[in-house]
Amino acid sequence: MSEAITPSDFPVADAGLRPPASVVTEKGWVRALLIAVAIIFLALFLVLPLVTVFVQAFAKGLQAYLAAFAEPDAHAAIRLTLVTAAIAVPFNLVFGVAAAWAIAKFQFWGRDLLVTLIDLPFSVSPVVSGLIYVLVFGSQGILGPWLLAHDVQIIFAVPGIVLATIFVTFPFVARQLIPLMQEQGTAEEEAALTLGASGWHAFRTVTLPNIRWGLLYAVLLCNARAMGEFGAVSVVSGHIRGLTNTLPLHVEILYNEYNFVAAFAVASLLAGLALVTLVIKSVLEWRYAGDLAASARH
Amino acid sequence: MLHDLSLDVRAGELLGLLGPSGSGKTTLLRIIAGLDRPDSGRIIFGGDDATRMPVQERAVGFVFQHYALFKHMTVADNIAYGLNARKRSERPAKAEIKKRVSDLLDLIKLSNFGDRYPSQLSGGQRQRIALARALAVEPRVLLLDEPFGALDAQVRKDLRRWLREIHDRTGQTTIFVTHDQDEALELSDRVAVLDRGRLEQIGTPDEVQEQPASPTVLKFLGDTIEVEAIAQGGRVLVNGRETPVTAPTNAVGPVKLYVRPWQLQFANEEHAHLNGFVRSSYRAQGRQRIEIDRPGGGLLVVEASDNARLAAGLPVGLRINSGYVFAD
Repeated sequence: MSEAITPSDFPVADAGLRPPASVVTEKGWVRALLIAVAIIFLALFLVLPLVTVFVQAFAKGLQAYLAAFAEPDAHAAIRLTLVTAAIAVPFNLVFGVAAAWAIAKFQFWGRDLLVTLIDLPFSVSPVVSGLIYVLVFGSQGILGPWLLAHDVQIIFAVPGIVLATIFVTFPFVARQLIPLMQEQGTAEEEAALTLGASGWHAFRTVTLPNIRWGLLYAVLLCNARAMGEFGAVSVVSGHIRGLTNTLPLHVEILYNEYNFVAAFAVASLLAGLALVTLVIKSVLEWRYAGDLAASARH
Repeated sequence: MLHDLSLDVRAGELLGLLGPSGSGKTTLLRIIAGLDRPDSGRIIFGGDDATRMPVQERAVGFVFQHYALFKHMTVADNIAYGLNARKRSERPAKAEIKKRVSDLLDLIKLSNFGDRYPSQLSGGQRQRIALARALAVEPRVLLLDEPFGALDAQVRKDLRRWLREIHDRTGQTTIFVTHDQDEALELSDRVAVLDRGRLEQIGTPDEVQEQPASPTVLKFLGDTIEVEAIAQGGRVLVNGRETPVTAPTNAVGPVKLYVRPWQLQFANEEHAHLNGFVRSSYRAQGRQRIEIDRPGGGLLVVEASDNARLAAGLPVGLRINSGYVFAD
């Protein structure tokens, strides 16, 4: 049957599903029912809330919407979010590529442990991630007194927010690249080396081009998470307006003050970012399916 | 896993490393290339000790079984890679690189393929590009790891002949690894037979076939029949009848005689060394292959001309025209 259900019909149901072969295709009414159920769920849990964000944001007109971005606290939140992402994403890009390279191309003692550790931020609640930093760098923490003596503030300041964000977005790049690099193997690098290329030259001209689309994909997801992270950042931030509020925290404060229009206006910015990310992600998946394949299968 | 072995490769020769899988032939090739490190021993190129030399400085051309072409580069860029990777001071001028690439494309008969990508080419074409890429850096030695292993039978045969031509034209010292006896015997100036990490024999294809150094070499180079025999006074007896052997033996007592299928001949009772009953026969490549059950158990496969049709169950006698005996 040509109208078999494919994963691309469901933007969220992309967990390695394959289109069913024709022999296992269900009867027409079963398919219709399944599609209907999926669409209703999507509408109820994804589309409706998303629409609500924009409806609420524009509830009192364009003027009120724009006013939400006019105040200096909003500017500060946007700026801090951008700064945080601008530090966390490149850091995790470098770390992720280095870790994936090491894990995929070499055998060494502790390799499996490293893979497990890289996954840790995914399995730990973001709030706990934040608390870890408070316990290490906070005034009551292990390094607290020393930091205090040297007048370095990490918790309730920008460095803490950046650290927490880096922690939470740690796995994105490495997890995307490890299976990709493992599948590609080391033959091309070996070929480059026998042809006289230095290790760095081989990395630049062979390894990097081979992983470029997977890397872009990973950076995109990493960035979306870095800008949208709430839990971990909330713990270390201290919610100081104009100083340590990121966009998600700013939304929360506005909402708690019953300033719904402003809250949803700022939220619409994050929702917009998510939509753009989703579109680019879909384009990458559609255009470079082969280059991303290894990671889509795991 | 390699044991102590010493291999002397002559300049300009085409040497085949032949062995079953797991015999260590690829490991040896990778050690020569510098892709793997030996626990002990030395690698010497010309007069230079290359043991501690990094792979980049060894100036070897390595061709991988699965080509390992750079997918994101055109064919021309693939071939030029080694030249472009050189330090600026040693890199040839752009025009010179271009000239070299087009010469190599002519050599591999893919002149108009420079702008294509590897994914647009067939397996045989890819392997030719991989060879051109390796030749571009003018290596001291060209190393080929099962170069035709991933190709189908016909392409394989064509490429073999073609590789021999290229070698005759360039005089490039070449070592190639294969588990295919025909390939090694057809292509090589000399064949090195490896088994379980040991060098069993090295010699010309004729030498290894006519004077195999060990049962392992003999068995690996073709179908072999093992026959119990008695050696005494330089003579070899099977069932009490003397058998010609390729080389005189000074062994005494029970020995194993190794016989090729074509060294057997049907014979009547008074000349036969062996006897048995026909189990079945089938035709292969213009010859008749006959399976014979021996009375004490065991199966013999012999070859005869195509018009010999033998019914199943027929008792037959076999005469051994020649065979190999090895001292333990």
